[in-house]
Amino acid sequence: MSRADRSAASATPVQPGESGLSGVAAKSPPSRGRFDRFPFNRLPFIGRQRWHLLTRRDKAVLALMVGIPLAIDVVLIWGSLIVDLLWSFTDWRGVGDMTGGGLGHRFVGLTNYTQLFDGTYPFFWSAVLHNIFWLGFLMFVATPIGILLAVILDGQIKGMAFYRTVFYVPVVLSLALIGIIWQLQYAPDWNRGFIDGTLHFFGYDVPVVKDLPLVGQWFRDVSRTDWVGGPLAIVPTVIAASWRHVGYICILYLAGLKSFDPALREAAALDGANARQTFFRVVFPVMKPINIVIVVITTIEALRAFDLAYITNGGRSPLELLSTLITNNSISESDRIGFGAAIAVILAVVSLVPIVGFLTVTTRGDEQ
Amino acid sequence: MTAASSARPPSAMKPRRRLIRTRRLGLYAFLITLTFIWLVPFFVAVYEAVRTNKDVTQNGIFSIAQGLTLDNFIKVWGQTTPTFPQAYFNTLVVTIPAVVIVLIVGSMVAYAVSKYSWRLNLVVLMLFTAGNLLPQQAIILPWYRFFLTPLFHIPEPLSDNGMLYNQYLGIILIHVVFQLGFVIFVLSNYMKTLSKELIEAALVDGAGVLRIWGAVVMPLCKPAIAAMAALEFTFIYNDFFWALLLMSTQNKRPITAALNTINGQYYTDYNALAAAALLAAVPTIVVFLALQRYFVSGLSIGSVKG
Repeated sequence: MSRADRSAASATPVQPGESGLSGVAAKSPPSRGRFDRFPFNRLPFIGRQRWHLLTRRDKAVLALMVGIPLAIDVVLIWGSLIVDLLWSFTDWRGVGDMTGGGLGHRFVGLTNYTQLFDGTYPFFWSAVLHNIFWLGFLMFVATPIGILLAVILDGQIKGMAFYRTVFYVPVVLSLALIGIIWQLQYAPDWNRGFIDGTLHFFGYDVPVVKDLPLVGQWFRDVSRTDWVGGPLAIVPTVIAASWRHVGYICILYLAGLKSFDPALREAAALDGANARQTFFRVVFPVMKPINIVIVVITTIEALRAFDLAYITNGGRSPLELLSTLITNNSISESDRIGFGAAIAVILAVVSLVPIVGFLTVTTRGDEQ
Repeated sequence: MTAASSARPPSAMKPRRRLIRTRRLGLYAFLITLTFIWLVPFFVAVYEAVRTNKDVTQNGIFSIAQGLTLDNFIKVWGQTTPTFPQAYFNTLVVTIPAVVIVLIVGSMVAYAVSKYSWRLNLVVLMLFTAGNLLPQQAIILPWYRFFLTPLFHIPEPLSDNGMLYNQYLGIILIHVVFQLGFVIFVLSNYMKTLSKELIEAALVDGAGVLRIWGAVVMPLCKPAIAAMAALEFTFIYNDFFWALLLMSTQNKRPITAALNTINGQYYTDYNALAAAALLAAVPTIVVFLALQRYFVSGLSIGSVKG
């Protein structure tokens, strides 16, 4: 209903007979109080016609239906962010005073934040870099592959169901499980890991990468000869994450392509455009809303990255991420709750950027 | 436009068609290569799982198997912490109630915000959706604290320590709260496409809103509800984070969170580890293969507006 219609509807209370359902309305008992001339348009409800059909009981039920879950959601999720923010200004360590509701701990102002930003706590900036790398790899390697796959699978391909299933199955696996499956590929020594085993089979023996000048020491922890043990362990880890991400993007993009108007494509073909031109000049621009959704989803995935790093090495260096720093500082390895809360606040604030972007795109045109 | 292209001489089309054919071959080559790369990790996991540790240690994984065996599966079945039957049980105890509750509550909220309009409609929808998109780690600390000291003592059948921490109930609660946003977002998008007249007619006939939800809206939403059930089952089954941090007794952890312990347990026996990983993967893969259509449509309604 357009804005004009609605204001007209709320300006003049609609009579049951005028609601466009007069035939049905005439049959309904008028005694139920549904059609009381109550000034609904002055309630916090917008006076759509349907409101006049609701009894007071109906309204109470609706209010409870939304109100209870909303209250729980707001308190437990959004309230948690406020609690995080308050804690982040303290040096509360949690232990000893579990019953005090967190009261009585020392207010330290912005100390936690300055410690993070000025490098006193070196893992913060390396975690930020890892998250940025994670994002960059997903965005510029995995996501384009997913889009390309979707475009290919959108055409007339023999055995399409098979290909789709192959790319979709990793999407239903947890990243923890994917971490284990890829550990089987990355494991050190020719008789343990698949990659080393394959290299060995073709005559390149175990520590081939390790022995390379410069590169080797960055990709491998020499003492553990492990693909995911070197300072650049984030690279193989994000490759494992891409195994899932590509399929995810493929599903989303394929859905978008299916809703794409074939007439546009035909018009482009008739104009003599080749497949690439058609995609970049016609399909891609028309798919702008879904492109934005995909960028946003990729960003959120990168900020949420946790499971894969945690199962690989507990989320410690060299795989620290903002998310693992929060738990490792405040729950699993240390009890610096104030400090972890400061990282949580930073993570939440950064996350709100893509979240707001997502909401803007998906609710466009829904304005009430 | 049409006239121009049909006027093109037929001879000009031939090399173009040949070009398309080579390009098509290139596409197939790309697709088949990528498919192969995608399958390798699965093959390796299966191939490790059906061979003995001795065989792989002596010959490497890149070799012909000395013999195929199910011993690894049998071994890990009762040996892990928690054992597989226990882990599956834990998963069911958490997943089934969480999925059912989240679908009922989520569909009610979605129905109320999409079929009846009031000023805060969009704000409500945004609060729920944004809450679901936040990284879980951003809100874990207050939750952790809240689980240890809930507002009141949780009575016996629901909690054996009076807390939400280390309880199935707590894990169910956090899944419901966190997943609500996704379900509401998707279902409200779906419900917007349902006809308004049907609900108006039911209202005029004197049905209450709750009755309309149960007798009119829910039956119409069956495909979307099925898609959400498949997706939510997978999401909750795949949860690693909440159960890892909020369930301290390892024997009470659902299967995905238990993988953390299992991974450490078989650090020296990758064949057993591969078998355990496959056992953990089977339920989601089966659900996916059986409900692929719903699964894909569920993810799609979530991002592409219907």
